[in-house]
Amino acid sequence: MNAAQKPWEERSAARVVAPARPRKLAKVPFVELADGRLQGVVSSGSDIERVYVSSLTAANHSFHCSTNNNRPCGGIRSGGCNHLRALADEAVLQYGVARVARYLRADVAEDATTGAAVLAAVNAWHEPSAGAPVFSRFLRHLAYLELPATTEPLPELHWFPAGGAVR
Amino acid sequence: MRFDLLTTPVDGVSEAYDVVAGFDGALVGGLLRPGAEQIAALHALAAAVSGTPLAGRVAEAVEKTIAGSISDEHLAALVAARSALLGAAHDALLARLDEAAGRSRGTWPADGPGVSAGADNLLAAARSWLSDLAIAGWRGIDHDLVSHADQAVQALLAEPRLRRLGALLDGFAGELRASAPGATMPRVPVRRWADLWARAVLLAQPGALAAAEAGAVSGRLLPLGIDLHEHPTAVQAQVHAVLETADGPRLVRASVSAPKVDTLVGSGVWQLLRSHSALLAAITEQRAMELTDMPVTPGGDLIWSDAHAKPGTPAEPFATARVQLAAAAAAPVPPLERHPVRLAEPVLIEGYTTAAHDDGVTLTLPGLTLEVDLERMHGAGPLTPALVAASTACIGLLRWDGHWTIQPLAVEAQVKRKTVAVHAGAWAGGAADAAGAKAEAAAADAVKVLRERAGRLLRR
Repeated sequence: MNAAQKPWEERSAARVVAPARPRKLAKVPFVELADGRLQGVVSSGSDIERVYVSSLTAANHSFHCSTNNNRPCGGIRSGGCNHLRALADEAVLQYGVARVARYLRADVAEDATTGAAVLAAVNAWHEPSAGAPVFSRFLRHLAYLELPATTEPLPELHWFPAGGAVR
Repeated sequence: MRFDLLTTPVDGVSEAYDVVAGFDGALVGGLLRPGAEQIAALHALAAAVSGTPLAGRVAEAVEKTIAGSISDEHLAALVAARSALLGAAHDALLARLDEAAGRSRGTWPADGPGVSAGADNLLAAARSWLSDLAIAGWRGIDHDLVSHADQAVQALLAEPRLRRLGALLDGFAGELRASAPGATMPRVPVRRWADLWARAVLLAQPGALAAAEAGAVSGRLLPLGIDLHEHPTAVQAQVHAVLETADGPRLVRASVSAPKVDTLVGSGVWQLLRSHSALLAAITEQRAMELTDMPVTPGGDLIWSDAHAKPGTPAEPFATARVQLAAAAAAPVPPLERHPVRLAEPVLIEGYTTAAHDDGVTLTLPGLTLEVDLERMHGAGPLTPALVAASTACIGLLRWDGHWTIQPLAVEAQVKRKTVAVHAGAWAGGAADAAGAKAEAAAADAVKVLRERAGRLLRR
C-alpha cells in the first residue's frame, strides 16, 4: 500500500492562500487585503483621469478615502462612502465574504454574503491617512502586465501548482 | 513500468526529512534565540553533513547561531546543509523512479565555478530581507517586515536574468502578506515556507543564477501534455514532450511564463503565454513540431524560440506515450534544482482500477495505489477529477510530497460508450467550449481595463 498523505504542515506544495476569483475590473481596478487593511482603487465615475484611493484598517476599523492627487473624497459619511462600499463589494467577489471578514476581524452573521454586511459589522469611522502607499501598490500591480514573458524555465514554480482544492 | 518498486520506502529519505523537520521547526520561532529543542535540531543538521565538504562551515554556522551572532554567510551554510539533505532525498527518489520506469538518465556535466549573473546589489538586498525573516521567524512576521520585500522584488522582476528569484520571492511574500501578523496565524505551513525561504537564499548567492551553457537540438517534437504553474503574479506552462533526435528519443520540457495579476486566473492565463510560443497552439491542434537547432539546457529544458520551430504532422499524445515514452532518455537534474518538489516525471499508466472518495481519487495498479494529486489539477482546461475517476489510461507526472502521487495531464475515458482523450492543456491554444471561451473573453477584458489604467496613471 501507499503511505498516507502527510499533514499540511509537512507538505512542500501545501496551499496557503486560495486563488483570487476573477471579477469585472472596470469600476474597481484594484482590491487587496494587505498591510493590515482592505485597500484599493476605485475609478471616478465623472473624470477618467481620476481614481479614488480607499482603505479600511483591520486593527481599529478606521477608513480613508481620497483622490490619487490627495484631495479628500466629498462623499464621506458615517460608516463609509460610496467608494469604500464599492471596494468592499468587489473584495467579497474577489476573495469571498469569509476571508474579507476574517482579515478585517468583522463579526458578520453566518449567512452574510455582501460587502455591505461586512461594512455594517465593522461600523467604520473616518480617519484621514496617507493614500500614497496604496496608490503606489496599485501602480506596482499595473506594472506586472508591462513585464516581458520568458521561455526560460522557472523551476521554483513547481512549488506553485495552478488551481487546486482549497484546504 | 514496475510500480511495485514505488511501494517500498527509499532508504534514508525519512531520516533526511527528520533532520530537515528539526531545522524547519527552528524557523517558526526564528533563529535569534533558539531554545533547547532548536539547538538540538541545529546540532543534528550539522551532524548530518559532518562527513561532507560542508562539515566545517555548517558546524561554525551552528555555533554562531546558538551564540546569537548569525550573519548572511552562516545562513547560507545552514541552507546549504538543508538543501544537500533534500537534494540527496531527491536523487534517491528519482533513482527509484527511473528504476521503476526503466528510464535511462544522463549524468550532469562537471560544473565549473558559477559565473556571477551580476546585479550583486539586488542579490544583497534579497539576502538582507531573507535574513530578517529567519531572525524574526514565521511567528514574528508583521506587515512592515513583509512589505520590506517589495522594493527588492520589483527590481529583481525587472531584471530578466534574475526572474527566477524575483518570481519565487514574489509568490512567497504574497503568502506572508496574506498571513501576517504571524503571531495570530492559526497554522504555519512549516515545510513549505522553509522550502521557499531556503531556495531563495540559495538563488540569492552570487553565481547561483548563472545561465547553464545551452546546446542545440533538432528533430520532431511530440508533446505529451502541459503542467501549469501559477501564483498571484506569475504563470508558467511547462510542456513535457518526447524529442526524436538522431541519437534516439529523449524527454524534454519547454516552458513559457509571464507575470500577471491575481485576478487573471483559470483559462484566462493562456492568452498571456500564447504569443510567446507556437507550441501551445500545436498542443491544442495535436500536432508535432519540427525543431531546428533549438537551444536546450543540459537539464533538458528547451529555451523555446518560434524561429527554431515549424508546425509538423498530426501527433496524438497517447500514441506518443505508448510508442516512444518507454525508450526516451531523460536529462539529468541541475544541482540547484534538486529537491523532491521538482520530481515531475511523465509516465503512461493503464490497466488500473479507479476509486473516488470524499477526499480524492485513487488509481490502483498491481502492487500500488496511487493517489491523484487534485491540488495540481486546475480549471484552465477540460480535464476534471470526475473524468480521471472514469478513466482507463492516463498520461501523468509522478510526483512526491511525502508519498508518490500522480498529476494527470491527459486521460482516456469512456464518455457515452466511446473512448475519448481529454487533455488538461487542451485550451492552451484556444478554448473549445463555451465556458472556457467566456472565461477567456472576461480575462481579455480585465487585461484591457488594466492596460488602459496603466496608460493613464503609470507614466506620470
